[in-house]
Amino acid sequence: MDTAFTRSFGWLVAAIAAILVALFARDGLFGFHMMVFAAAGIVAALASANQIGLLRPSARDLESRYDDQLIRIGVILTSFWGVVGFLVGIVIAAQLAWPVLNLGIEYTTFGRLRPLHTSAVIFAFGGTALITTSFYVVQRTCRARLALPGLARFVFWGYQLFIVLAATGYVLGITQSKEYAEPEWYVDLWLTIVWVAYLVVFVATIIKRKEPHIYVANWFYLAFILTVAMLHVVNNLAMPVSLVGTRSYSLFAGVQDALTQWWYGHNAVGFFLTAGFLAMMYYFVPKQAERPVYSYRLSIVHFWSLIFLYIWAGPHHLHYTALPDWAQTLGMVFSVMLWMPSWGGMINGLMTLNGAWDKVRTDPIIRMMVAALAFYGMSTFEGPMLSIKAVNSLSHYTDWTIGHVHSGALGWNGLITFSCLYFLVPRLWGRTRLYSLRMVNWHFWLAILGIAIYAASMWVAGITQGLMWREYGDDGFLVYAFADVVAAMNPYYVMRLAGGLIYFSGALVMVFNIWMTIKGRLRDEAPMTDAPYDAAADRPLPQPAKA
Amino acid sequence: MSYETLRHFADSWFLLAMLLLYLGFVGWAFRPGSKHANRRAATSILTEEQKDQADG
Repeated sequence: MDTAFTRSFGWLVAAIAAILVALFARDGLFGFHMMVFAAAGIVAALASANQIGLLRPSARDLESRYDDQLIRIGVILTSFWGVVGFLVGIVIAAQLAWPVLNLGIEYTTFGRLRPLHTSAVIFAFGGTALITTSFYVVQRTCRARLALPGLARFVFWGYQLFIVLAATGYVLGITQSKEYAEPEWYVDLWLTIVWVAYLVVFVATIIKRKEPHIYVANWFYLAFILTVAMLHVVNNLAMPVSLVGTRSYSLFAGVQDALTQWWYGHNAVGFFLTAGFLAMMYYFVPKQAERPVYSYRLSIVHFWSLIFLYIWAGPHHLHYTALPDWAQTLGMVFSVMLWMPSWGGMINGLMTLNGAWDKVRTDPIIRMMVAALAFYGMSTFEGPMLSIKAVNSLSHYTDWTIGHVHSGALGWNGLITFSCLYFLVPRLWGRTRLYSLRMVNWHFWLAILGIAIYAASMWVAGITQGLMWREYGDDGFLVYAFADVVAAMNPYYVMRLAGGLIYFSGALVMVFNIWMTIKGRLRDEAPMTDAPYDAAADRPLPQPAKA
Repeated sequence: MSYETLRHFADSWFLLAMLLLYLGFVGWAFRPGSKHANRRAATSILTEEQKDQADG
């Protein structure tokens, strides 16, 4: 009781401190964000004092072998952020097709909603999925209850606060203009604190493990946590103009700043969207297939190759810029080499089904995992190809890049996360099965159709765009004005919007399915597959002739 | 430390160190007797199912 009181009181003091800082804020936006901190502090004070029933651990949470309360909340929040992120994506896709939808208000312009979309899907949807699944996987593979449960709660909710601060900041126009690292210095500092706590909780759980070996999924999670910490700290080194104001200036300038940014940016892809999600793959695919991973040795080779190669690939974002030529070539060469470990990982995941390929037909969750791995393979082939300078001279700055990113994000990250959610929900809520397997099948096909339309329209748009930009006439002048190219993109933008809407409708089917499963309903439906009736075979064995 | 010294170090000894480190890590997976340990690790996540379900 005393610790609860001290903790609650501590949060209240922190909230009052945030209000005091808000009073001295140099700009209104900083004051607003300090008030958000204060509100979070008050909620934390109430939660620490056990005054919020929703956040109080249930009897089942306290008695069960593993600490799953945060994981249940995380599953719901992952679905929620997914829907929000996809919806904002649809809005900005529509804005590109019909600019009038910017509404002429600063808060709803494309420039402010676009980082809201990218951060909502990467950091809110993806990040919550990673924290949630890592807490689930590390407990099971270590056969140990989550260490430091109080700190784990801080990590989980502190990360949600980071999302709220980032999202509100973008809409209000607070940005340090670094792609995928837009939040300003004070939000960066907050994330650093949360992230170090995350590392402590994860490592402490591994240390108290009852299983001698640390399963490979944990290696990937650990690489993700450590590398993101390093990337985040270095890329966000900045000097604030005032300690009570939003604005800061980067420690780096010019091409050094650009290289640091893309060293960060590409490794955010490599360690957040790849290593972290590969950790999910290495646990959940074998679990759902009920077979061990194809080659554990390959998973180790995969791990070290990915770690040693990914970190060098960033410069391919800066082809044909002020970056020295050797650095561009270095980035290109490492990107091409990266193809091999990526496909090693894909093959390892796919071949886990070796001998059980019929599950692709009978189990829609396995089918979704296989499709996710196939998209991982496709986008990790496309990526090295786009990083080759000659290809990049056509594709750079065009919508081809957007198509590439979305085949990876919607296909790999999206589908593997959805299939993990489908795996987790019945187990976490103690249900015999999902509400409906047929709805998983619907979700699968809606997602595949959506991605196909999205990626195909962006490939055509991007190549068209690239070719039109470089088209010279006989007179030696460019044939097309920039506005001509913009106009040519319009039909593809409408098609992309259609693809996005189909993908989004699949996600809504998932939310309904998960909601009904949590409520404990089972849909009365015909099973996906039946043993077919064969009249010729289905009869008693002939009686042996009497001797 | 000047840019040239740093570049020289990065291009020679540090590059060699990283290569050896990588080969060491990957080679470790191929050491004799790793097959049994690998099989044990790969199946470790599947043997727990009963205990999980008992917890509900």
